[in-house]
Amino acid sequence: MTVIDTPGTATSITGWTQACRQDYLIPGRGVAVLLKGGRQAALFLTADGTLFAVGNIDPFGRAAVMSRGLVGDRGGVPVVASPLLKQAFSLIDGRCLDDESVSLPVYAVRVENGVVAVSNDPLVFQGGTA
Amino acid sequence: MERKTVVVVGHGMVGHRFVEALRSRDEAGAWQVVVLSEEKLAAYDRVGLSSYVGAWEPSALALPGNEYAGDALVDVRLGVKADAIDRTARKVTTSSGEVIGYDALVLATGSYAFVPPVPGHDAEGCFVYRTLEDLDGIRAAAEAAGPGAVGIVVGGGLLGLEAANALRLLGMTPHVVEFNKWLMPAQIDEGGGAILEKLVTELGLAVHTGVGTSAIETVAGAPVSERLSVKFSDESELRAALVVFAAGVRPRDEIAKTAGLEVGPRGGVITDLGLQTSDPNIYAIGEVAAVEGVCYGLVAPGYSTAEVVADRLLGGAGEFPGADLSTKLKLLGVDVASFGDAHAKTEGALSVVLHDAAKGTYAKLVVSDDAQTLLGGVLVGDATQYSALRPLVGRPLPADPAALISPAGAELGADALPDDAQICSCNNVSKGSICGAIADGACDVPAIKSCTNAGTSCGGCVPMLKKLLEQSGVEVSKSLCEHFSQSRAELFHIIQSTGIRTFSGLIAKYGKGTGCDICKPTVASILASTSSDHILDGEQASLQDTNDHFLANLQKNGTYSVVPRMPGGEVTAEQLITIGEVAKEFGLYVKVTGGQRIDLFGARVEQLPLIWKRLVDAGMESGHAYGKSLRTVKSCVGSTWCRYGQQDSVGMAVLLEKRYRGLRSPHKLKLAVSGCARECAEARGKDVGVIATENGWNLYVGGNGGLTPKHAVLLAGELDDETLIRYIDRYLMFYIRTADRLQRTAPWQEALEGGMDYLKAVVCDDSLGIAADLEAAMAKHVEGYRDEWAAVLEDEGKLSRFVSFVNAPEESDPTIGFDDSGERKVPVLLGIPDIPVAVAPQLPGVTKVAESATHGK
Repeated sequence: MTVIDTPGTATSITGWTQACRQDYLIPGRGVAVLLKGGRQAALFLTADGTLFAVGNIDPFGRAAVMSRGLVGDRGGVPVVASPLLKQAFSLIDGRCLDDESVSLPVYAVRVENGVVAVSNDPLVFQGGTA
Repeated sequence: MERKTVVVVGHGMVGHRFVEALRSRDEAGAWQVVVLSEEKLAAYDRVGLSSYVGAWEPSALALPGNEYAGDALVDVRLGVKADAIDRTARKVTTSSGEVIGYDALVLATGSYAFVPPVPGHDAEGCFVYRTLEDLDGIRAAAEAAGPGAVGIVVGGGLLGLEAANALRLLGMTPHVVEFNKWLMPAQIDEGGGAILEKLVTELGLAVHTGVGTSAIETVAGAPVSERLSVKFSDESELRAALVVFAAGVRPRDEIAKTAGLEVGPRGGVITDLGLQTSDPNIYAIGEVAAVEGVCYGLVAPGYSTAEVVADRLLGGAGEFPGADLSTKLKLLGVDVASFGDAHAKTEGALSVVLHDAAKGTYAKLVVSDDAQTLLGGVLVGDATQYSALRPLVGRPLPADPAALISPAGAELGADALPDDAQICSCNNVSKGSICGAIADGACDVPAIKSCTNAGTSCGGCVPMLKKLLEQSGVEVSKSLCEHFSQSRAELFHIIQSTGIRTFSGLIAKYGKGTGCDICKPTVASILASTSSDHILDGEQASLQDTNDHFLANLQKNGTYSVVPRMPGGEVTAEQLITIGEVAKEFGLYVKVTGGQRIDLFGARVEQLPLIWKRLVDAGMESGHAYGKSLRTVKSCVGSTWCRYGQQDSVGMAVLLEKRYRGLRSPHKLKLAVSGCARECAEARGKDVGVIATENGWNLYVGGNGGLTPKHAVLLAGELDDETLIRYIDRYLMFYIRTADRLQRTAPWQEALEGGMDYLKAVVCDDSLGIAADLEAAMAKHVEGYRDEWAAVLEDEGKLSRFVSFVNAPEESDPTIGFDDSGERKVPVLLGIPDIPVAVAPQLPGVTKVAESATHGK
């Protein structure tokens, strides 16, 4: 099992939801994953082959669209821009780079036998809330 | 220290300003202030009187601080009138019988509304327009008369038009009677008055100019709505429910006259530049003052007089600085501005007039006899140039006067403006403060915004901010974003000449990092403009903004809207039925767009292919109503049906829409074709507008909506079909290759060095020798075009992306909801609901499911 390197320490992961085969993902393009429990994650494969998952609901627009945002970087930080009003969110810790008071939950991602799975609960970061 | 007393007679806007000015400067507390206010309300915004109509909330007009709460040195007595002044004893007697001694007396009694001595002017139903009480009376009379009753306003000046608008808002039919030959004679000239009359008539006002009111009679036994018979100097007569006199104001100088102060021949208390009357202990300010014999009926000079007297009482030597009588206002939504010597009274003054009756605009500049100096001007219908022109009064003209007021003419350059020119009118920021900020280190537009507030409201002045930056030597970066230092046009040339067809290849060699939501769609657009690959092919798919990604318009709740292509707006009955059936079956909200198409709202991602399939089967494409691409070609009815039509506008619109569909560009593109000069398709509001004449097609380019709408300008006239299409091919392709990201056609044209002449030379005379290349590029696009939606339907791989969830392709997004209870289906933003959902086990690309899904909580 490979747990993709995500900063912060996950304190509770209560299970995983399988998303799709890794080779189904297109670099730079997201997919939405319906997690067990009803949450939604936006799963991305970036150009360098890293997998990230953040909450799918845009906290500004309150619609489940983050997986349809464009992926890239801002000053080297991998980000996704909301397709609604284009705010950028860090894929590493979910914080919004345009408004520090807002952030997306971050989900752990693992790959097993070529299948990508996303944690059902968001990661809890040390020293703060995700 | 012995405290002195100043008595202020009148508590209007100027009286209040005087008290404020005195109290804020009199730190030692040398003066005790007593204010006598005849009205029962403390000072309110009389200039904003008309805004009382509708809300009927007096407190909304109250001037801030008019209670002087907690200030023991101010004593306001409401509802108390000054009856007499005893100058020898320095005492004022009030209507309540009190006698107040003063060291200084300030007359701020303002003016009263002038009522012409028309027989019957005091009949019931006759009003003036001056106080909140007057408006309450007018309202009661209007309501008693019922909707649509005639109300007559005597006086077609500024106040008269305001009064007429108030009557309109009260549901009456307003008639304005103006004795002069045109409206607003004090501010504007005859030509401006004529346009103003046309504009306000279109808004529902009846205007009678050159007519006096000769008598008002009460009609016995008539209903309230017709209780007055008003007779005019031209022998005509109107029945009306009420008459409002707005024929000017006169200074309220009776108390001064009685006290033996010197008054002017036409009224007003004579003062010197220090506002001192003929009695050195008495000052007059505001509209009652005749400063060196001149009365000023505006609040700004009134405020100046208040400041001067406050200064004088504290030992200063302030003098009235004179007044700028320039005005810019929106009357009934019509822009009217007058500045400087608007009536060309200066000896030898020349006028340059641009009178566009069709557009409803009038502009006049008054210049000195050598045409070198701007003296004044009048703008009606469109006053956008006011803020740039007014500060130039008395200064050399920066350009030919005709060009300054011509819509297609010179936009005033930043260097032509003096430091006190107002650049941002929303936040009142001058050129001087912006240049100051730049000198202090603001090096880009966001920095200017944050330190001056300029450009933070409507954003209309941002282009001017950029010009100021450029002019001050700050290099405004042309880089597309942090990943590419090149401009869009440069990237276009790189892609064209290197043959690089991938974003990763391009950024590796010419950029840095991994890209962003600015450069990725830009490169996607350039790739689409230079080949006919499907936009979702391979890596190109990851560059598309969400609309191009899902080939539909993203709406606020994450659903999409679909706008079936109806070239030229043509549709068959069968197709209409299909559209209706699709809307019904998928529960879509239907609306006709501004571009003559039918918009279907509320489709979930997984429904899009099903909808497209139905449209394809009915012979329609889904349509590009999104993205930076050709949207629609609008048309009128044309010569086939219309009795005025000179050419087949529908046929041409269909041809153009089919030709340019799928064309990606720096900004969205809209076209229109009108079949005659009546312009029913509004073609001059489009990027490319084609208007038929009896000798062929006129081609207009660069019409844009947005923040600063522009009309398209003539590129070439009387073209045959073939030449028309050739010119449009060249124009569009030249734009696509050279414009900046998100630069619309109008600003692109304006930014071209050499302007329209250069563009005409390139497009019509092939001055660069690239016409064949541009045409070939367009031919390649036309030939390579395929129905992009049908192509998705035929491609399993692409089709599999149209799901709400990659792991649950059968599920709809449970967070999407609608409110169907009203007349209009409305998306409901739910936030994050906690809904238990079944996760379907079939994963794309997964043959064996390693972990079976369970129901969530």
